[in-house]
Amino acid sequence: MTLAVPRRRRAFFRAGWGKQLMLQAVLVFISFTVLFPLVWVVSMSLDPRNISRPTELTLIPPGASLQAYQEVIERPTSNPVTLFQLAFNSFGLAMGVSLGSLGLGVLAAYAFSRFHFPARRALMIAIVAVLMVPSVAALAPLFVFLNKIQISSGDFSFNLRNSLLGVGLALTSGALPFAIWNLKGYIDTIPKELEEAASLDGASPTQTFLRIMLPLATPALAVTAFLGFLTGWTEFVMSWQFLTNPENFTLAMALWNITGQYAGNTPWSKFSAMAIIVALPVSVVYLSLQKYIVGGLTVGGVKG
Amino acid sequence: MASFAITEAATAAPAGSRRGAPRWLIAYMYILPATLIMAAITYWPILFQVYMSFTDYGLRNLRFDAPAPNFVGLQNFIDLITNGITVIPNFSFWGMLAFNLFWTFSNVIFHVTIGILIAVVLNTPGLRFRGFYRAIFILPIVVPTLVVATVWRNMFDTDYGAINQGLAALGGLFGVTPDHFHIRWIDQIDPPIPGIPLPLSYFALLITNIWLGWPFMTIVATGALQSISKEYYEAASIDGASGVQQFFRITLPLLRPAMIPAAMYGLIVTFNLFNLIYMVSGGGPLRQTEILVTTAFRLVNEQRLYGLAAAFGIYTMIILLVLTLLTNRITKATESYV
Repeated sequence: MTLAVPRRRRAFFRAGWGKQLMLQAVLVFISFTVLFPLVWVVSMSLDPRNISRPTELTLIPPGASLQAYQEVIERPTSNPVTLFQLAFNSFGLAMGVSLGSLGLGVLAAYAFSRFHFPARRALMIAIVAVLMVPSVAALAPLFVFLNKIQISSGDFSFNLRNSLLGVGLALTSGALPFAIWNLKGYIDTIPKELEEAASLDGASPTQTFLRIMLPLATPALAVTAFLGFLTGWTEFVMSWQFLTNPENFTLAMALWNITGQYAGNTPWSKFSAMAIIVALPVSVVYLSLQKYIVGGLTVGGVKG
Repeated sequence: MASFAITEAATAAPAGSRRGAPRWLIAYMYILPATLIMAAITYWPILFQVYMSFTDYGLRNLRFDAPAPNFVGLQNFIDLITNGITVIPNFSFWGMLAFNLFWTFSNVIFHVTIGILIAVVLNTPGLRFRGFYRAIFILPIVVPTLVVATVWRNMFDTDYGAINQGLAALGGLFGVTPDHFHIRWIDQIDPPIPGIPLPLSYFALLITNIWLGWPFMTIVATGALQSISKEYYEAASIDGASGVQQFFRITLPLLRPAMIPAAMYGLIVTFNLFNLIYMVSGGGPLRQTEILVTTAFRLVNEQRLYGLAAAFGIYTMIILLVLTLLTNRITKATESYV
């Protein structure tokens, strides 16, 4: 980027040593503030000592070990549920939301982008309007409504509200407006010539959709799928309100559970290990996709 | 827009379509699954919410064979805005709304300002380690808010939190005893700045959210900075404009079209920042940092006043609708700028 700058301006702007040093000092300080909480959590998670009383700041605590991780894996919270079960629930919920919102979303987005039909605009507005409603504002009716769907016969009883399926359905429905809006925005930018050519060659709309559209939309599909996954993986409000059986609990719930009502009771090392277990997988994927995600969001934002 | 013309032409030509089904019917079939789910799980509950908001729907109405709740008319709506909610101490709808708005705007002002400044610094030609800093500054975006919130909550702990320990270590260098750094970030009730009714926990939340929010603005600003033609700066420097003048006369006006939509997006996100408030301050002390979405959650989760919560949710939606329309208007109005 600097190479493209004409020489005259470079000479004027090019940071001299003094300016370079000053800027570096500022940026190092900012980096420190950004990294501080993250380093602190990692450091705490390695601390094997009296885990309820961190009384000094150390980068690598004396006798660093993975003991806290071991404890978290064995028994993350006081509830009778293993970390494996929590992770399994979180993963299932996240995958369900991801695939559900992606699959339903891309179908609708394709239609909104490529077809003309009655009430197209009204439907799109109705869907996008939901984007601004935070799920917690409709929590009460959703709770009551899902709670009405109960099946019970003999020993078997099922309450949609008190199940991962119910939470997953609610989250999928909540994630759909964004998925449709985001995918439509991307499909709008794909030139129509290929589809038209396919159509002239006798391909049906469905064939065109499957063979031409889906492969071309892969980047947007990946981003939408990941953001849907993230929604399910980090969801707290509905799962905390809806789920009462520990065997259905998720990692996000367990993290808040470990944090406890009062910070004084927090098992700090266990909490930190748990925080890293929850954050690391999605953070790494986010990091590798961030170019597309943030780029897509800002482009979408400008387009309105 | 040209693309729409093409679709229309394509739609018009094979009116009946070769394969029987008209195109509009195919379109509806593509939309149907998403619409069904949303109709059942989003739109129907919102309609049901309107009914609930006129009743005293409570825990006793949840049972399968329970009687219908009593119709109470506008009582819930009136109680909420006239401080008639006695089950929650210190409940004040207007105070909470005022704080929610102040919280939102104060945060976004910091995010945008810091975001632009850091983007400009990062964009300095000849800056070393640029890629390294960019890689670090993305981290607050990629870590889930849920984790960020719980971590900062612990960092603000009075006795064992990293903030107080860090301050004590820093103070120790200047000979200040650690006792001075027993700051009760979350539950100190007296406002730290006399005369300004903001509790210390507001500042703790502000610090947390600044950490969380500026990197997004920096990314947006960096993208916009890189699209500003270098010729403006050349011309300005030939005319003898100083760096500061160039920043205010060239950089800022040209960043505007990108920053306004980003700021509007930031406003809506910050207005609804549930995880941060609920987990860092818990709305405390004395509900002083409570916002609409955390209260909506408490009404359901703790009070189990579903009818009241439904009315509260409707208020929240109306307020958000107004906020969204206003921000959209501002965004649209600035689109033509430059």
